[in-house]
Amino acid sequence: MLQIQNLSVSYRGVDALQDVSCTFEAGELIGILGPNGAGKSTMVKAMLGLIRSAQGATMFQGKPLTQKLSQVAYVPQRSQIDWDYPITVWNVTMMARTAHTGLFRQPSQQSRELVKAALERVGMYNLRDRSIGSLSGGQQQRVFLARALAKQADLLIFDEPFAGVDRKTEDIMFEIFAELKSQAKTLLVVSHDLSETLEHYDRLILLNKRLIAVGSRREVMTAENLQVAYDSPLRFVAA
Amino acid sequence: MIDGLIDPLKFEFMRNALAMAIMLGVLCAVVGSYMIVQQMSIDGRHDFPLGAGGVADRCFLRSTPLCWCGSRRGDQHRCLSGIESQSRLKIDSVMALILASFLAIGSTLVTVLPGANRIDLLHILFGNILGVTRSDLLLTFGITILILIVVWLFYKELLFYTFDPLGAQAEGMPVRWYYLGIVTAISLTVVANLQTVGVLLMIAMLVAPGMTAYLLVKELHQMMLLGAGLGALAGVVGMYLSYYLDIPSGSAIVLVAFGLFLLAFLLSPSQGVLTQSRRLKAQEVGSLRNIGK
Repeated sequence: MLQIQNLSVSYRGVDALQDVSCTFEAGELIGILGPNGAGKSTMVKAMLGLIRSAQGATMFQGKPLTQKLSQVAYVPQRSQIDWDYPITVWNVTMMARTAHTGLFRQPSQQSRELVKAALERVGMYNLRDRSIGSLSGGQQQRVFLARALAKQADLLIFDEPFAGVDRKTEDIMFEIFAELKSQAKTLLVVSHDLSETLEHYDRLILLNKRLIAVGSRREVMTAENLQVAYDSPLRFVAA
Repeated sequence: MIDGLIDPLKFEFMRNALAMAIMLGVLCAVVGSYMIVQQMSIDGRHDFPLGAGGVADRCFLRSTPLCWCGSRRGDQHRCLSGIESQSRLKIDSVMALILASFLAIGSTLVTVLPGANRIDLLHILFGNILGVTRSDLLLTFGITILILIVVWLFYKELLFYTFDPLGAQAEGMPVRWYYLGIVTAISLTVVANLQTVGVLLMIAMLVAPGMTAYLLVKELHQMMLLGAGLGALAGVVGMYLSYYLDIPSGSAIVLVAFGLFLLAFLLSPSQGVLTQSRRLKAQEVGSLRNIGK
């Protein structure tokens, strides 16, 4: 179970996120929606302890999430990565095993097999020796998905994973999300996309600095909620 | 030819200088590779102002360079981070101000502090590798070995941290320690470099071998290994050029390193400017021929 309790974040005295609380069960695919600057990425970063929260806590499997990071796979936004970094697809994926491997040791045979299986699952094993920078946006995102898979985490958090990806990659990602759900993994996906892809999510969180709605697509994507979140309900079709 | 290579080695100062140039070539390539991938070389928090501000007090704390680099590094980093985080100013403009101010502090201290008039400012600014002593060599050897061992032990963690700092932090890795480790390595390398190429040419020596290798290989460890070879080569060739052409040693080393970079920039098989334009032309000719058929 994932519990977010009264989470608030402020930057230089300005509230970026106010008092967000919600609870999710294992095996759920949760979409985090909201306009630009709504605090979606801030929320996941605060949950993971990447930025300081003004108040609140995030509990996972009965403990603070920051104490269960070995069970979490986090895929940051594309803009956070330097795609010209001199590194191959294989070594990016192998990063998932860094903490597990421990200091002063080389990755085990099991880690190498997990990385191989993850790359095969996303269709990138044949490109394992290529530089990450020589791939398309969709391929790069699949490599990061492979890295999350190789971690074998119980909670997977993706920040804008569909930004700049092709349709094939999007299909692969939702297919893998469904598999992970069936293995009782919890998935949190930050997204801008309000199209038909929303049907893939079990529950949605609609944010704009504060929690506007949480629940099923039908419960969340109402004209009133969209009006509050986006200040422009005409652009969207409520479920 | 052989005589030409052996002849300078008759002098102890040349043997010392060559040993120093080789060690620094290796050290700079390894540390400089992290600076390049972290995009630290244009970030004034890391090298130039560190050396510039340390013009005077380096001499007073020469026997304890660790204390020196720690304190100096800390002062400037705190200034930059403080101004950047507490205002809307961008790092570039803050860096320009801090860089010039710390250089001013350094040159002022040279005239104000007791005993500082013994310092040859030109040697600090441009280096004096021919004046390298055995203790300088031992210090640089110690720094080089220490940094190489630490990089070897923590390679995979530093790779993760420098590629994806947020991801590494989300793994619960002690990213602040990794940052501090890289900054300390840069500071130690700067200390070692002051004697060789001086404050002004130091940045080129730190980044040129790594940048050259970056254009030729596709992995960080390859960049470090090739960069180390190129750095050592630049050191040796630069010293011989300096000996035979009677030009300043630090400048000669940096110019050779720059020459190697220029070659890679133009001719690198994957990223060379000339190689790419030749490839594009070949493709255009191929397409025209296909249309002709």
